[in-house]
Amino acid sequence: MSDTAEAAPAAPAGPAPGPTRAQGVTERLRRPRTYAVLAGSLLLLALPFYLDRFWLQAGLFAMAAAIGAIGLNMLTGATGQLSMGHAFFLAVGAYGYCVLAGESSTENGHTLTGLGLPTWLAAVLAVLLAGAAGGLFSPIAGRLRGAYLGIATLALIFIGQHVLFNAGSLTGGYNGRAVPPLSLFGFTFDDTELVVAAVPFGSSEKLWYAGLAALLLSALFARGVLRGRPGRAMNAIRDHRIAAGVMGVPVARYRAGVFVLSSMYAGLAGVLLALVFQRTVPEYFGMILSLEYLAMIVIGGLGSVAGAVIGAAFVSLLPQVFTHYSDSLPLVSAPGTGGLAPGEASRYLYGAAVVAVVLFLPGGLARLGLARTKKPKAPKKPGLPKQPAAPMQPAAPKNPGEKS
Amino acid sequence: MTTSLELLLGGLSIGSVYALIALGFVVIFKATEVVNFAHASLLLAGGYVTAVLHDDIGFWPALLVGIAGAASVGAAIEFFVMRRYRGSDHSVLAIVTIGVDILLITELTRRMGTDVLALGDPWGNEVVSIGGVTLAQTRIAAFLAAGLLITVFLLAFRYTSWGVSMRAAAENPQTAALMGIKLGRVSLAAWAVAGALAAVAALFLTVFPTPGLERATSLAALKAFPAAILGGLDSTTGALAGGLIVGVTESFATGYQSDLSFLGRGIGDLAPYLVMVAVLLIRPAGLFGTKELARV
Repeated sequence: MSDTAEAAPAAPAGPAPGPTRAQGVTERLRRPRTYAVLAGSLLLLALPFYLDRFWLQAGLFAMAAAIGAIGLNMLTGATGQLSMGHAFFLAVGAYGYCVLAGESSTENGHTLTGLGLPTWLAAVLAVLLAGAAGGLFSPIAGRLRGAYLGIATLALIFIGQHVLFNAGSLTGGYNGRAVPPLSLFGFTFDDTELVVAAVPFGSSEKLWYAGLAALLLSALFARGVLRGRPGRAMNAIRDHRIAAGVMGVPVARYRAGVFVLSSMYAGLAGVLLALVFQRTVPEYFGMILSLEYLAMIVIGGLGSVAGAVIGAAFVSLLPQVFTHYSDSLPLVSAPGTGGLAPGEASRYLYGAAVVAVVLFLPGGLARLGLARTKKPKAPKKPGLPKQPAAPMQPAAPKNPGEKS
Repeated sequence: MTTSLELLLGGLSIGSVYALIALGFVVIFKATEVVNFAHASLLLAGGYVTAVLHDDIGFWPALLVGIAGAASVGAAIEFFVMRRYRGSDHSVLAIVTIGVDILLITELTRRMGTDVLALGDPWGNEVVSIGGVTLAQTRIAAFLAAGLLITVFLLAFRYTSWGVSMRAAAENPQTAALMGIKLGRVSLAAWAVAGALAAVAALFLTVFPTPGLERATSLAALKAFPAAILGGLDSTTGALAGGLIVGVTESFATGYQSDLSFLGRGIGDLAPYLVMVAVLLIRPAGLFGTKELARV
């Protein structure tokens, strides 16, 4: 599971041996990857002009999921800390935005409290709020490791659900509450129609660009974190906690810090989700959502930004594809007609994908492309060829307790 | 006074059922160092088999088949999935069990739909009154059965050669393997035992006063996770203590719900998790768990 093979070639970042800037640019222009990225981004920018609302929503949904998955991947993939509580932080982001930006009103018999802040400020504060919620959990997040933390964070889901259903004046209870549309520099992302190049732009089209920008920024930031000094420290904690501590990595502080960072990512994903749904309901932020996020990062590839994005697209687009094409797909049928409902079908598929990827494709879908370009070196290292329980394993730790 | 005594006894009874689930969970962790997130679905599988069969072949045979079924599902997970993993990171294996859990739960809930299945137990909704304290028969049966199973298990763990090999493998897999203990067989047995215990627990989670086996049963089974972790994941004593603590807390929180109404509805379901968080804040390794630092 280690990323050392991938990280090693990038290591000499010192000024002396590195190529000059101009050389770097020409080098990049020669690589086919540059053009693929360019074409991909042009395609993403052009999509709102061609797709209908259903697919745009699905895409936005995938973008929000990708942001959340990047955060979780930093925690679980890069630092080795399992979290089942991601849904809770998504909820904090989504509801935080609603409370901060919404006006006080009465809806379905509930008196809703709202602070009525400017929406952009509310979005930023909601992300910080999610971070603060992660910080409150840090006494536990800093001290527990791996799967222990996974069980401990189960508590967050249940606490979250309890609060969402009971704190009616903040959350609107069972029926949820409406989400005020985001407005940025006087531009509102709502359904007032705006015609761009003969295409009517509703909320999905407008939000599409906001979502892309948010995803790009969070992906770049995460890449910076993972490739830099903190990323090395995180991987060291994952691979050998004690060795990391001996080398001077403050293990507990890093664990807590990554937990806070990942909950902020979840908060941002929550804000975006709320904006897309235009209504937040408590049921959505349950255990299944947390499992979905874990499935995303495993399927895409643990520990990398690209993996999180690929996995998020896979897991969140799958039900939409099944829903849309349920007539023409074998086995799948519309909900309530007796056959396999689209949601169930996709759950089977990604449940099986999680198992299959871990067993047969360590590194996830993101490695598929990498393995080809990097020749035999890269794929060999992560999957240890030996059985973990082989009696004569030279590198095996002396004590049975020290396995993580 | 009688209310609190009733609540205490009821809590101990349901707590012993949680202890049963948590024990299986701890056994898997001790033998293979894998945190099994698919445990709730193992339980659901056992309960489902019993519920489907009890009409045709009677309750006791159906229960036996259910136990055997859950045990073989557990063994199958170990044999077809866990054993194929070639890496050494046990957190990743925990994630695999999440994948397995998604598959099993989806399949079982799809079969069950929105039905509430009865398990056909012989106790029904009869109650026993002793000195003013009223207890459901099912609760007494649960306490006795769980106590018996746990005793048998702990004795076997302590004195049989199976138990010795299990403990040796947990202590040091390399040495145990050199001593001729077949590690594969040990972990297979651990998964099977855990499945069987979970199937018994499924019976007692779904009898009176709960309506029956339904989708939400897996949520009830999840309460064994806080039980296991607050006792300490690598301690069988911890699993027992944790189960009882969780059961009693839940019972009291539900019983005195009207006095706790400022905390919102359904605080009883939340109580186990709050206790777990409180314990983890003070003792990160759980009440009886080996301290993390001591394991270096």
